[in-house]
Parts: sequence; C-alpha cells; structure tokens
Amino acid sequence: METQAPLIEIRNLVKHFGSVIALSGVSLSVHRGEVMCLLGDNGAGKSTLIKTLAGVHRPTSGDFLVEGRPVSFTSPRDALDAGIATVYQDLAMIPLMSVTRNFFMGREPVKGVWPFRRVDFDRCDAVTREEMRKIGIDVRDPHQAVGTLSGGERQCVAIARAVYFGAKVLILDEPTSALGVAQTSMVLKYIHQVRQKGLGVIFITHNVRHAYAVGDRFTVLNRGKTLGTYAKSEIAIDELQNLMAGGKELQAVSEELGGMV
Amino acid sequence: MVNTTQPTADMSAAPAVKAIQDERLKEVSLLTKIMRRPELGALAGLVLVTIFFLATADSSMFTLAGVMNILSPAAQLGILAIAAALLMIGGEFDLSIGSMVAFTGLVFGSFITLTGWPLLLAIAATFVVAGVLGGLNGQIVIRTRLPSFIVTLAFLFILRGLSLVGLKWATGGSTQMRGIGGEGESDLVREIFSGNALEGFFAWLAANDLIAKFPNGTPTVTGVPVSILWFIGFALVATWLLLRTRAGNWIFAAGGDANAARNSGVPVDRVKTALFMLTACAAALVAILTVLDAGSTDARRGFQKEFEAIIAAVIGGCLLTGGYGSAIGAFFGAIIFGMVSIGLTYTRFDSDWFQVFLGAMLLLAVLFNNFIRRKVTGER
Repeated sequence: METQAPLIEIRNLVKHFGSVIALSGVSLSVHRGEVMCLLGDNGAGKSTLIKTLAGVHRPTSGDFLVEGRPVSFTSPRDALDAGIATVYQDLAMIPLMSVTRNFFMGREPVKGVWPFRRVDFDRCDAVTREEMRKIGIDVRDPHQAVGTLSGGERQCVAIARAVYFGAKVLILDEPTSALGVAQTSMVLKYIHQVRQKGLGVIFITHNVRHAYAVGDRFTVLNRGKTLGTYAKSEIAIDELQNLMAGGKELQAVSEELGGMV
Repeated sequence: MVNTTQPTADMSAAPAVKAIQDERLKEVSLLTKIMRRPELGALAGLVLVTIFFLATADSSMFTLAGVMNILSPAAQLGILAIAAALLMIGGEFDLSIGSMVAFTGLVFGSFITLTGWPLLLAIAATFVVAGVLGGLNGQIVIRTRLPSFIVTLAFLFILRGLSLVGLKWATGGSTQMRGIGGEGESDLVREIFSGNALEGFFAWLAANDLIAKFPNGTPTVTGVPVSILWFIGFALVATWLLLRTRAGNWIFAAGGDANAARNSGVPVDRVKTALFMLTACAAALVAILTVLDAGSTDARRGFQKEFEAIIAAVIGGCLLTGGYGSAIGAFFGAIIFGMVSIGLTYTRFDSDWFQVFLGAMLLLAVLFNNFIRRKVTGER
C-alpha cells in the first residue's frame, strides 16, 4: 500500500482569474483509505481548489496527477470518469423528488428496447434501500421525498450515491457546516466508514474540531497558498486552529474579547 | 431553560418513545402514500364537480351524448394542458400556447390551400414549424436566462399578431380562412386527424341495444371524436414518460433544481428545449384537429387557452415553482374544465358563473397543492 502512488497529487497548482490570483502554489496529496482535511478560512481558495480538482476550472499551471498519471480535465464529467466525485454544499439533491429518484438522477439504469425503454425502478429501489440501510437510515421508505430527510441524512445519501457510482476519491465541500451536533457526528461516522472502504477523502471545512475528529492529515490553506501539511500526530488542535486563522490575529481577537468581558 | 433534560433520565425513556414514534410513522405512511400522488386534488375535484352536477343538472348531461359533449372541449384543452403540465414540472411556462394554436392553424391552412400539399405532408410540415418555434422559445429562455414567463409573453403577442397579419395576407383581407381540407376524399391520415372513430363499434353497440339509438337504428352517438382519443392517448403516454422513463426523471430534476440536476449529469438545457418543442407541437396538434373539424381557421383560435391550460395543470397538481406535478392530473383538470363549462348549460344557473367557478377552483387548487407539498416534503 505504501508504495502506491497517491490517488490525487497536486504540486504547485496555480490558478488565475484575470488579474486575480486565486491559487498561488498549492500542493497536497490524498492516499487510499485516508481522510485529508483541507482547512482554510473564507477566501483562502478552498472553493477554487475544489472546483479545479472537480474539473470545473482548469489550472493555470502546476501538476495534477491522478494515481501517478498527469491529467487535464476539461469538464466535471472527466473528473467523474477518473473516479473523483464531489459532493457540493448544495448537495445536488432535489427535495421534492424521492430518495430513489435522487440517488439515480442522471445515471438511471434502463431496461427494455426503445421506444419502450424505461427506468428499472425495482432495481433502483432495492439498491437505494440497501444503501440507506448501510448508512443506518433503514426505517425510511425510498419513495419518500428527500425533503423529509434531515440535513445529516441528506448529506449521507449524497455521499453514498458518490460511493455507489464508483468514486475513488470523494471531495466533500463543508459537509457539516449547516448541521447540528448529532447530525454532524452521523456524517463524520459515515466519512470514517468510507475511509475504511479504502477510498480517499478530501474533507473541506473551516471547523477544526470536525476536521480533527476524523482527519488523518491536515493541509492548511491561506491566501491561495498551502501553509503546510501535518499528520495528526504532529499537531495539536489548538495549533491547527491558530494556523488556520492566521495565528496572531485570532489571539488578538480573543484578547480583545477577553478585555471587553 | 432551567429544566434542561437530564441525559440519564432521558436514556431509559428514549427507546420506548422512539418505538411509538416509529409505529406512528408507519401508520401515517399509508395515508401519505395516497397524499403523495400529485393528481389527488384533481381527482377529488372531479368527484365533487360530478356530484354537484348530478344533483343540479338535467339528467341528459350524463348520457353518452352528454359525456361526449363534455369531453370534446376538454380534449382540446387537455392536450394543451398535459403539455403545459410537463413544461411546468420542468420548471418553465409557455404563455404562447394559445397564440401558437392560431398561428399553426394559419400555417396548416396555408399549406393546404396555398400550396395544395397532400394532408400528410401539410401536417408534418406544420409540426416542423411548431417544433422550430418551440425550440426558439426554449433557446431564448436558456441562453438569456430570462424568465420563460416574459419570453413567452412576448411570443403570445408576436404569434397572435402574425396570425392576424398572415391571415389577411393569405386571404386578401379576411381574418378567417375557409375551405381547408373540404374535399372529402377519405384516407387513413384524415381518419386519424378528423371525424369520429370506433363508428363500427358504436353501431354494433346500438344494434345490441347497449347504447341509445334513433328509431331508424343508427346510434345517437355515432362514434368518439378523434380529439378525445388523442387526449386520452397523450395523457397515457405523458404519464408513462414522466413516471417510468429516464426523460421523466430528468424533467422532474430540471424543474426541481436545475443546478443540482446539472451537477448530477442531467442535460437540463436539452430537456427544457425539448419540452418547449413539445408544448408547441401540442398546440399544433390542437390546431390541426380543430381546423380539419371546422374546415376553417381564424385569428381568435386558442384565445386565452394558455391560461386555461396552466389552470388545468395547476388543478392537476403542478406547482408553479416546478419539479412537482402530474400529467394525469392535468387530464382530470381539463375534464373538470369541460364539465363545468358545458355542465352549467344543463343547470338553471347562468353560464356566466363559469369564470367565477374557474377562479375559485384555481384558488382552491393552489391552496391545496401548497398544503400537500408541505406534507410531502416535510418542509420546516
């Protein structure tokens, strides 16, 4: 395992939008069975980085390797085909549609000959029920609308969908940012499950505690640059927090607040 | 806030509470299953309206002839309403349907009278023109990202105006074009698009005293107008398409959340363009059916049909915001329409009550749909 090339490796990735330098030299790697947390405050370049990995943007310069081979994606479809699935913050789920219909949206299995070709809903329902059971939301009916699921359940179904359709690397864009405590732990548990399956996970967040709970390694992004990558054993949670917020500034703020109260 | 629940006390109570809740969930789920059908409201409405007319109308309303009377206008509206419903589920409106009926009627009439093309060619060419116009509607909406409401509102006036101008040009000053397809040679194409169907079957039924007949033995209803068969057929195909095919899933997805659908690999723009083309072709179908039936067309054809079609679709359970609705619901919605508009003449009520009824029905349907949607999605 150790000798295998990382699932994704980027070196000195640079992305300019006109005169704006969104990424100015980002390096990171994800291995099989590893949760790599990408930490950074707002404006650090997280979104640009995700979208570059997902094939939405093309890098201006730098290396982008998937399983050791250089790639150049021209569309999100290319990234998906290479096994990189992104679960966006808006989830790509439609609340009014059933869980089954959402699960297979855009990739419906069909049976029969045209013009009688139809979606194999029996199979879809069976798969959906099974995948939901694996997550642990088995009391639910796959025909019920996604809108009736809780935020955590929705996030898990979105992840399960990506896994089911053969993702090797999951990019999770702030999966816990809008969730309560119980639901966050549900999602974090599921991320842990996915890691045990041998997938690589890039977990984007600005919540250090969530990252520390499930991450193996942490890459901190600030102003379009990687400040460094640390294994869990190398760094304490406070250090990570300070690093992410730009250290001094946060300390200053907390002193200021302390003085006020 | 003082009485924060004690975690230890809660632990013992939690499993019992949860079990009860789950059981309740199961019990409700049967009802929810029925509630989840978007066409429920329309079906309930149809039952109510039927009961109302059974109580108040002359009994001749519910004879076979009376039912055909109701279904004929319902069929014309229904073909438009089903297409409008699909488009609404796909997240867009088409306000140009009514004008499209007039315009494609003119196009079809011109192909027949001015070029002398055979019927089949004229019909095919009319569908092509409609498809191109619908596609144009769709492309403008998609490329400009303007609301389809505004874009198609523009086409409502453009096409209505073009119908007037075109009719005057084609007829030398009249707003009516006569003598379309009057020559009575009968062939398969004509059979499919005009007149009555199943005449042999109805004659057989009359001969066996299963339906009413005149003293000379011919049935009082000689057959089913083809428009009704088109209506029923279209409703069945549209329902199957929506509920069982990949395209159907894409329509729901495109209307539910276009962005999420795109992220999941649904070709949203293609789906929407196809739906605009479908509504235009449905308008052309209605134009062809009515023009062949009457042998003439005029500039007022399909006037305000766009609103009636949207109302029927909404009564049928479509949400104005898209992503939810049903084709069979629009089918029932159109029948409600036909029943009320024709049925009032069988009662002692002034038939001008129709519009009052219509507005009230629309309001009720929207309120009901809103309630149902909240039930279905558990909107909080």
